Amino acid sequence: MTSLDKTQFQGENLMCVRGERTVFHALDFSLNAGGALVLIGPNGAGKSSLLRMMASLLRPAEGRMMWRANGGEDDVWDDVDLHGGRLHYVGHHDAVKPVLTAAENIGFWARLRGGGEDTIQDALGVFDINHLYDVPGRFLSAGQKRRVNLARIIAAPAPLWLLDEPTTALDKATIKRLEDAIQRHRDAGGMVVLSTHADVNTPGAEILDLADFASKALLDEHVMV
Amino acid sequence: MSNFIELVKRDLALAFRQGMDSLMVVAFFVIAVVLFPFGVGPEVNTLAKIAAGTIWVAALLSSMLSLERLFQTDYDDGSLELLALAPVPMEVTVLAKVVAHWLTTGLPLIVTAPVLAVLMQLPEEGFGTLMVALLLGTPTLSLIGAVGAALVLGSRRGGVLLSLLILPLYIPILIFGVSAVDAAIFDQAVRPHLLILGALLVGSLAMTPWAAAAGLRQALE
Repeated sequence: MTSLDKTQFQGENLMCVRGERTVFHALDFSLNAGGALVLIGPNGAGKSSLLRMMASLLRPAEGRMMWRANGGEDDVWDDVDLHGGRLHYVGHHDAVKPVLTAAENIGFWARLRGGGEDTIQDALGVFDINHLYDVPGRFLSAGQKRRVNLARIIAAPAPLWLLDEPTTALDKATIKRLEDAIQRHRDAGGMVVLSTHADVNTPGAEILDLADFASKALLDEHVMV
Repeated sequence: MSNFIELVKRDLALAFRQGMDSLMVVAFFVIAVVLFPFGVGPEVNTLAKIAAGTIWVAALLSSMLSLERLFQTDYDDGSLELLALAPVPMEVTVLAKVVAHWLTTGLPLIVTAPVLAVLMQLPEEGFGTLMVALLLGTPTLSLIGAVGAALVLGSRRGGVLLSLLILPLYIPILIFGVSAVDAAIFDQAVRPHLLILGALLVGSLAMTPWAAAAGLRQALE
């Protein structure tokens, strides 16, 4: 993936306001092809909000995010559909439909991104759930649903992975499989941003502690009240 | 385009496997209409007079029933976020969901309507017009309903709020839907009424996907 070698995803001076509360401000990040960014911080520090921002689901109150590739650069918010096409987002919900089989669930999302039937088996194999191929979603356990959701991002490639607590409900062996998948993705020039409380082994990853960007002025205000 | 068909196929598959939605809409439609002869008495002339209006009002209410679930299940299980991030414009996604919604709820209503028209003693001159009017009117109901369904996402008691938002907007369709049938029965020009229904359909086709998509983006923030 030589075209990805010079790809860069960058955020400048980002500020997030939820309700009346400033969650974080003046946050910068920069991610190069093959890079990984691990978001840490206490509950409510804005890990999920930052990931949703990166996914263009949440508009920052301030700041901008740029995507650079092939010598060009564009603002993420100028064309949200374009940005959506180059990322995979794994949120708190697994988006597994109870009446569709595991393969149908993955196949639908893959086809929207131009993936084919053959990629489904491979994707299921990555998380060792080939035996769930035609099992409807309602019979899957929480961990199996999470695996199906993770297999979805393998089935159709996208350069940027945004994983919000991806290890939730996963057993140790599967976490290892996820680490391997992340490593392969990065070796191929992909980027990964993940938030986690558990330890996910991502060698050479940059750590971003969101507590560093919590709004100081606002904290003082709360103390006074 | 292939993505559009993919989205419609998914929603149809979900609707058929969950099964109950379409059936409930039709059952509600039938029961609501059947109640009227009990209420106003079996007198043929009275029934014939209110037939078109009754069928239309029942159609409006029953298409309301399933609207709440148009985006709600996708919103609850996280699919809506992924749909927003898929390389398909949100407006196209909305339109695909509306098409699937109409195929699973609007179309069954149209098929059931003639049977109920017989029950309500609708004069036979009105049958054809009733069908055409429903064919033009029910897609508009789904389209306008999608805006409401997007706006009430995430609110508690969304169903009631949805009715309050959407039913007033259904009034023009009701007026021209009923007057078209009346015109046919009294041997007057039907065309103008149907043309207005068509105009309402084209107008909402052009506007509502954008409005609903904006509502969905708002709900996802």
